[in-house]
Amino acid sequence: MTWHRKHLLDIESLSASEIMTVLDTARAFKAVGTRAIKKVPALRGKTVVNLFVEPSTRTRISFELAEQRLSADIINFSAEASSLKKGETLKDTARNLEALNADMIVMRHSASGAPHFLARFLRASVVNAGDGAHEHPTQALLDTFTVLEKKGKVAGLNVTILGDILYSRVARSNIWALTKLGAKVTLCGPSTLVPRVFEEMGCRVTYDVEEAIREADIINLLRIQHERQRKTMFPGIGEYASLFGLSKARLARTKPDALIMHPGPINRGVEIDSEIADCGRSVILDQVTNGLAVRMAVLFLLNGGKGPQEIAI
Amino acid sequence: MPQTTIIMNAGAMQRALTRMAHEIAESNESGADVVLIGIQRGGVLVAQRLAKIVSEIWKNAVPTGTLDVGMHRDDLAAHAAPPMHPTVIPFDVADKTVILVDDVLFSGRTTRAALDALNDFGRPKRIQLAVLVDRGHRELPIKADFVGKNVPTSLSEKVIVRFREEDETDEVVIEKT
Repeated sequence: MTWHRKHLLDIESLSASEIMTVLDTARAFKAVGTRAIKKVPALRGKTVVNLFVEPSTRTRISFELAEQRLSADIINFSAEASSLKKGETLKDTARNLEALNADMIVMRHSASGAPHFLARFLRASVVNAGDGAHEHPTQALLDTFTVLEKKGKVAGLNVTILGDILYSRVARSNIWALTKLGAKVTLCGPSTLVPRVFEEMGCRVTYDVEEAIREADIINLLRIQHERQRKTMFPGIGEYASLFGLSKARLARTKPDALIMHPGPINRGVEIDSEIADCGRSVILDQVTNGLAVRMAVLFLLNGGKGPQEIAI
Repeated sequence: MPQTTIIMNAGAMQRALTRMAHEIAESNESGADVVLIGIQRGGVLVAQRLAKIVSEIWKNAVPTGTLDVGMHRDDLAAHAAPPMHPTVIPFDVADKTVILVDDVLFSGRTTRAALDALNDFGRPKRIQLAVLVDRGHRELPIKADFVGKNVPTSLSEKVIVRFREEDETDEVVIEKT
């Protein structure tokens, strides 16, 4: 189990053993978070740029804290307050950041493939922190880490992802990670947002929410991505909540040990009942804690990456 | 085909560990808050073996822990990231005599990383170093307090320590490539 990648751009291109390497490494970094001194010198002297061209709060904060705990120097760059607003191209922005000798660039962008584009010409390592509706690899890694931690395994589990799949990078990355590790993935939501074409990724598609959650070990709820929707795709908040929201009545018809996950931010009363979000079966806050450990692991692994990608690019 | 020479067989390894344990027992006072911490991975089993013998000599249990130094290495940028193993220190190291244990002492860089890593857990009263094999070629001013065997080596050689818990037998071999 060694890691030879220079970038983390997606889950699709990772092998099951590479995913496990990240999760095993994350376990060690989670333990660091429980110590009196929560900082280790692994990235001392390295400069990490957080290039968040699309707004983000929780992912950016999680990455930033992960970088601080690894002793890296940090530059935060957001679209609102940057030269991208003044007409600079993404490529020029990235080149400028590299001219400051940045070692890693953590990037969030509304365009799918933007991090892959940067990775083609930058010397620095690129970490995809979410690109459009394409992938959000660290979210899938932290979700998988949480499943493994809570259930002791991933293979053979029934995982239901419920909600807006079409516009969700979280769903895509999760489907790749879970199926590579042998879980059985079921997708459910309004038919306009869960096209059958997802069956080609190796999962099951159903529009019957009761059936989708009945045998589930994990129910991963996704937020309706209003910012990416066209109005015609979506029935309305109230209708969605009654047809697909996880209510107490629906939860009562699931397996008693089924766990509730959500990548956040949650919309109480829409995809999830407020009480359920705070109940013992919800692992939503564990996901946040684990996100920090997983991001530390990813940054740690990429720092030493001397692999074929570096030679090829 | 690499050429291998056995430099310690099972009996020699056991005698070396027994002698080291007696030296540890002699230079520290029984019950004086002595703990053994094995450096992952090779030092962990050495620490457990030593702790067992020291506990028998002192007639009281010596606590042991494990320490992974991967996050504190100074060569992280030069290699692929090292695999992580558990760090388990189920006691407070403050004001204790910590004996760091490793299987092979070479450049001293692992020991330096271990000293840094240990620092994050508190301020021990004293830190000592016990190694089964000292193969020389130090790159830092580090010296072991307890040594099982001094083995002069060349840089092209590899020292491999095997334990019966993981391999078939206890032995230390030198591999020439």
